[in-house]
Amino acid sequence: MSIGSEARANETVLLKQSRREEWALLGLASPAILTVLIVMVLPVGWLFYLSFLADDGSFSLEHYNRMLESKAYGRIFMTTFEVSFLTTGLCILIGYPLAYFLSQLSPRMAALCMLTVLLPFWTSLLVRTYAWLVLLQRKGLINSWAIDLGLWDEPLKLVHNLNGTLIGMVHIMLPFLVLPLYGSMKAISADYLKASSNLGAGPSQTFWNIFFPLSLPGLFAGALIVFVLCLGFFVTPAVLGGGKVIMVSMQITSNIELFFNWGAASALGVVLLVITLAILLAASRLLKLDNVLGGGH
Amino acid sequence: MTKKTEFSRRGLLAVAAGAMAMSMTAVPAQADGSVTVASWGGSYQNAQSLALFQPASKAMGITVKEETYGGMSDVRLKVKAGAVSWDIVSSGSGSAARAAAEGLLEKLDYNVIDVSTFYPTLKTDYCVGSDVFSTVMAFNTATYGNSGPKSWADFWDVKKFPGKRAYRNKVAGALEPALMADGVAPADVYKVLDSEEGIKRALDKIRELKPEIAVWWKSGAQHAQLMKDGEVDMTTGWNGRFDVAKKDGAKVAYTFNQGLLDYDCFAIPKGAPNKDLAMKFLAEVSKPEIQANLPKHITYGPTNKKAYEIGMIDDKTARMMPSHPDNAAVQLPVSLAWYAKWEQKAAAMYQDMLTE
Repeated sequence: MSIGSEARANETVLLKQSRREEWALLGLASPAILTVLIVMVLPVGWLFYLSFLADDGSFSLEHYNRMLESKAYGRIFMTTFEVSFLTTGLCILIGYPLAYFLSQLSPRMAALCMLTVLLPFWTSLLVRTYAWLVLLQRKGLINSWAIDLGLWDEPLKLVHNLNGTLIGMVHIMLPFLVLPLYGSMKAISADYLKASSNLGAGPSQTFWNIFFPLSLPGLFAGALIVFVLCLGFFVTPAVLGGGKVIMVSMQITSNIELFFNWGAASALGVVLLVITLAILLAASRLLKLDNVLGGGH
Repeated sequence: MTKKTEFSRRGLLAVAAGAMAMSMTAVPAQADGSVTVASWGGSYQNAQSLALFQPASKAMGITVKEETYGGMSDVRLKVKAGAVSWDIVSSGSGSAARAAAEGLLEKLDYNVIDVSTFYPTLKTDYCVGSDVFSTVMAFNTATYGNSGPKSWADFWDVKKFPGKRAYRNKVAGALEPALMADGVAPADVYKVLDSEEGIKRALDKIRELKPEIAVWWKSGAQHAQLMKDGEVDMTTGWNGRFDVAKKDGAKVAYTFNQGLLDYDCFAIPKGAPNKDLAMKFLAEVSKPEIQANLPKHITYGPTNKKAYEIGMIDDKTARMMPSHPDNAAVQLPVSLAWYAKWEQKAAAMYQDMLTE
């Protein structure tokens, strides 16, 4: 009896303590939460509000109607998602072997090789994009060297189209995939792999059954970052796309210039946000990405 | 109430400015102050700075701060937020007209700014012409020698002039050439364009050329670079940029024939911090002896006719200017009225064509 009541008393104290701790943690987190609220939630809410306003300030769906009336908007959204999917896919194809290679190196070599990933990462986006333009254009280095060497006769159309856009974007996005992936690969304990070999699995069996599944959370996290960043990309497609690859971000700027009106641009932002959330939700259901998106069980 | 005080202050100022204008030639005005000017950057603003801003600031004894900006949408943002930091902006005539209609600009005081010797069409109540430019066809002289395209029909003729083209990614200045290529006389271009069918006709003509269009350019710096790099063999663009590129060694030439004659202008955003001084500054940069500096730095012509008459621009240079009478005669003046009426509609149709 007394033991029971003591335990209960203990429990209440413990509960109180943990509550207090929660509040203290909340206090510590409040600057971050406030920041997110101020720099993220408020502007997005404002954007949402503006998208329903006509020029004279009255409520109107004109900015959304415009998107339905004109075929261009549908195509622009398609282009945006197409470019983002392709970039993410190419980043995975190139980035996974690279991260795997890095994770197998000795720490010193890995740090050295990591520099080759990080150095471009630290270089200005604009510089890298224009560097690609210089390399890829009709009389650029690649075409003129290849023609001199007899690899091809006519200049290839490497830039001012989808090709150039993808080359530039994959180059810029690669570190965003490789870094989280490398981290998750390094966290895979070598003991698992040894155990697998011990039980008679060959190297490829060990890789596919043990290493690959364990690296998936890092891969999904990296792919997600790449995909979402691609959706809002502006500079690279604008410079390397030659005006043929029109993404939502570019349409947003031209809408601001054309209509002198935030609503016309924010409606596009809202639609992009909604479609993106829908895709992420679907992906997280399909791929069981809960642990990636933060809702781990 | 504020309007009234402003008005009387302005009236007073006009008198003061008149008095000062007389003394200004002799002694730099004592008015120590500063104005902030926003323009488009690149070789264009560089020329403006050397030809207009610096001499005017010296003559007035004031400081000029220069910034670059992205156009009237930036002005709109600043005006709506009540945080205008620019006293003067350099703008295209069309967007200035729209900004004025929206109430984003201060009315200019032509008692202060002397426009009596201006080309009459190169100013509005809200924007005073700063230079005349032309949208022309430019071609690579390494590809075509000196026998490049002479008309928009030539620009469209991919058999006679094989090679890659670049074209503008926006509707402004893009439909008129297409109609001329389709056989419409320059004088009838805006009549034909004054209907959706007319716009569609122009767009269909551009669709015809689309396979040959390698790049849809979005800025003057870009079309100049495209010609410099030999990325395309032919492009539309703003004449001054090509002359600057040529000076840098680009193999490029252009013709004024069937070009689109347009002008840039200076405006004062509503609520500019130094509005009165800005007005006087605009009076200074509009003077013929200041405007006559511009052709030395970029081939954009003065808007003040008198600049040609004071012997500062030699005949050879004058003949390179879009506003030289001989050149102006073969061009089509851009119709601000058409853009005010149709630009948004035409822009949406243009975007449809681009994304097909």
